[in-house]
Amino acid sequence: MTTPVLRVQDLHVHYRTAAGPVKAVNGVSFDLAPGERLGLVGESGSGKTTMALALMRMLEQPARIEGGRVLLDGVDLLALSEEQMRRIRFDRLSMVPQGAMNSLNPVMRIRDQMIEIFNAHGRHPDKAERRERIGHLLERVGLKRDVADRYPHELSGGMKQRVCIAMAIALRPQVIIADEPTSALDVVVQRQVMETLGAVQKDLNAAVILVGHDMGLMAQFADRIGVMYAGRLVELAPVRQIFSAPQHPYTQMLIASIPSLEEKRLFKGIPGVAPSLLNPPSGCPFHPRCPAAFAPCPTINPALEETDAGRWVACHLHSEAVLHDSRA
Amino acid sequence: MTPVLEVRAVGKVFRAGGFFKRDATVALKDFSMTIAGDRPVITAIAGESGSGKTTLARLLLGIIEPSMGEIRYHGVNLKAMNGDQRRRFRQEVQAVFQDPFEVYNPFYHVDHVLTTPVAKFGLARTRDEAYTLIETALHQVGLRPEETLGRYPHQLSGGQRQRIMIARALLLRPKIIVADEPVSMVDASLRATILESLLKLKQEFGISLIYITHDLTTAYQLCDDIYILYRGTVAETGSVEQVIKQPKHPYTQLLVSSIPLPNPDQRWGGDVPAMSERNNGSGGGCPFAARCPHVMERCHIAPPPLYQTSAESAAACYLYDDQPELRQRPVAAHDLLNPH
Amino acid sequence: MATIQTALPRQTARRAFRLRKVNPLLASGMVILLALILFAVGGGLLIDHSYAEVGAFLPRQTPNAERVLGTDSQGRDVLAVLILSTPNTLMIGLVAGIAGIATGTILGLLSGFFGGWVDTVIRTITDVFITIPGIAILIVIATNIRNIDVAVMALIVASLAWRFPARAIRAQTLSLRERGYIQIARLNGVGGLELVVREVLPNLLPYIAASFVSTVSQSILATIGLEALGLGPQNEYTLGMMIYWAQFYGAILRGMWWWWTPPIVVIVLIFVGLLLTSAGLDEFVNTRLRKVK
Repeated sequence: MTTPVLRVQDLHVHYRTAAGPVKAVNGVSFDLAPGERLGLVGESGSGKTTMALALMRMLEQPARIEGGRVLLDGVDLLALSEEQMRRIRFDRLSMVPQGAMNSLNPVMRIRDQMIEIFNAHGRHPDKAERRERIGHLLERVGLKRDVADRYPHELSGGMKQRVCIAMAIALRPQVIIADEPTSALDVVVQRQVMETLGAVQKDLNAAVILVGHDMGLMAQFADRIGVMYAGRLVELAPVRQIFSAPQHPYTQMLIASIPSLEEKRLFKGIPGVAPSLLNPPSGCPFHPRCPAAFAPCPTINPALEETDAGRWVACHLHSEAVLHDSRA
Repeated sequence: MTPVLEVRAVGKVFRAGGFFKRDATVALKDFSMTIAGDRPVITAIAGESGSGKTTLARLLLGIIEPSMGEIRYHGVNLKAMNGDQRRRFRQEVQAVFQDPFEVYNPFYHVDHVLTTPVAKFGLARTRDEAYTLIETALHQVGLRPEETLGRYPHQLSGGQRQRIMIARALLLRPKIIVADEPVSMVDASLRATILESLLKLKQEFGISLIYITHDLTTAYQLCDDIYILYRGTVAETGSVEQVIKQPKHPYTQLLVSSIPLPNPDQRWGGDVPAMSERNNGSGGGCPFAARCPHVMERCHIAPPPLYQTSAESAAACYLYDDQPELRQRPVAAHDLLNPH
Repeated sequence: MATIQTALPRQTARRAFRLRKVNPLLASGMVILLALILFAVGGGLLIDHSYAEVGAFLPRQTPNAERVLGTDSQGRDVLAVLILSTPNTLMIGLVAGIAGIATGTILGLLSGFFGGWVDTVIRTITDVFITIPGIAILIVIATNIRNIDVAVMALIVASLAWRFPARAIRAQTLSLRERGYIQIARLNGVGGLELVVREVLPNLLPYIAASFVSTVSQSILATIGLEALGLGPQNEYTLGMMIYWAQFYGAILRGMWWWWTPPIVVIVLIFVGLLLTSAGLDEFVNTRLRKVK
């Protein structure tokens, strides 16, 4: 790809608990191209939200980033001081966190909450300019300018979420991370919010990382999809290929389990339980539930390898080295 | 034969406000439904938030009382039941709720939720018998007792917890289970297993389900017929095949077109529908008039009745006023399929 | 996240004993209280009780090698009196605390859970009693009782100790009442009182514990207040009465600081201990809440 705007290299995030470290993110690497829409898919416990927060350096104790690099335009975010990072947040790297609409300050008008962002980054000191900018941002997300004068409780869920998107794009960031931005919303409102997100992203040519577990949403929105399992990326490929020809068995089962609107058919769940991140299974973390597990799986953890141009899989079935060995 | 469950023109109004203001919200209006009981059926009640589906769930379970109309179980009005009838109703009409965590008392093991009904409804005479019953129920939902019993709720996954709840409902051998968004808070990959358990309830145990959801796709996969609710009234009803594949009501069409299909080549098309204001003043006409692309003058004046739009469906929309009205008697959508 | 350990009531208690890092507030609070109890009970076993009687020693002695805290105007060894007073004051606080919490919990539970007229009646009574200044009621009661001893004192203070717990427990019950597991219990055929005791009460335990500590504090405060006014047990030793007698015999004017300072120090220690314990418990309860889910 062209020079990536964000490069994540071997990121490790652990939660320190009384019983030992919980490896929520266990060696994740990927690149994000400018203006790209990357979908990060996984069940709860796969580490996707932890990773999103790690990129923003917004993790709280007992979570700690234990290793790796996050390069934004070549600058390692993990090496910056808190003050330097604070200047980058919302300015160049922005986030719409999970349940964002519920974290709007209930006693402040929308306008004042947006002004806080400007103040924190020393932008738009001129009052008239501010008013104009806020009005413009609200219109960008499909809301009327008078929403600025309202309080959060006067708005519907979808409107609040769009305010959160407006706040996330206020300083024209290069990367926007959206963590389950539509999880509590109805299907029609969900569509409006996702289309809004898509429109503003295109407008800014910002890259978006959409974190979630709804494959349908991913199909509608993403250009590329990364599948996370037990804190690792197990597959990374363009969206069409993920849906038409998934390579990793987990991805295959995930896609098979999506209920279809085409015809009534049997439900195909994924048997077994999500692995413990405290004591992950040896070798490949998916092997206890994998129908195609064979000799190397319980012992060797497969690395993410490029099987095709732009396609990456972490699976012995597709690993050149292993296949070569097993044939020999 | 007396139908098992009859909902007759039920409405619910919530009055809020303090001493001086009286704000009335009409959560549900003139809703009718029947479950005949001769064979098990899964009915979907679909709608977005504010549609009245949660209110309906609570009415069906007897948690709240209707403001208008009545609900009859085996011919007896819920309000007029004596002790024995109440007990029978309580045992035979069970529920599975949305949040698989909140439904467990954090003080006890998950066993508590299974041993309590056995004790209260006298389902077993000895402890051994009780545990056999419980273990059987767990097996029936695909769980292993040794992996689930004796644990605290937080030690199990959402999927496991929800299945235990289904096992709990099963234990009582109910006739009807009201499932209120049973998979919406469960991970996408675990949903299939739970839906499978729910389907088993009908196929193997002959239990009728009322599946309340906002997700039309799972409703399509699981259910036989469906009621689409909008702001407390029925917009469209009929068999899932008909209503979801060939929606007639503009609201249903909007819902179906907004479903994110898991197919990157079939992306949302068409216009982004008009944004609805949060508190729509109830004008008195069709509740969808403010957002409807086909709105006409008469839509603002009076709400349309249900017109029969096909052999298997009916929609409340003046666009179909050339069709016969569905007579105002309680009728189950699937009765349209097989008129006696 | 399903795989991260979350803390819950029963296991929390068990784990608390195993944890190396105990909540520092709770720990220091309990240490202070334990030290006081040890001082009171242990001291009571070690010293000769007759030292605390009138005329045991030369009166008005300043602290010296033999009488570490000197003697009072009646010739009592102040240290002995202090050792005998502390357990009585603590006892009054404890008894009143238990009685207050028990009554308050029952009232709060019934009122919060059942609502309706039960709630209205209990709530009105509670609110009325809360608005009337407690000390005023207590003074009226105390002045009308002939013979007050420690047991009677405890009862007097207990008569009002239920007010705030009733309100606090009611508030918690109202919130717990709406939980999903209550709904499920109903569907399981559980109702009425059984529902309250088996489903709601266990989850109230942390709040009851926290409320207990503050009730004990308030009761001790009330008893000291009454006693300092002279409305306490005349013939038994309590900290408040020490202060009263000191003031009655003009100890302040005479500069007999060794008489009235020790009881005040002990009282302060009692309150610091109770406060730290209460704050520690609060943090305990809240971290539990924070970690759940």
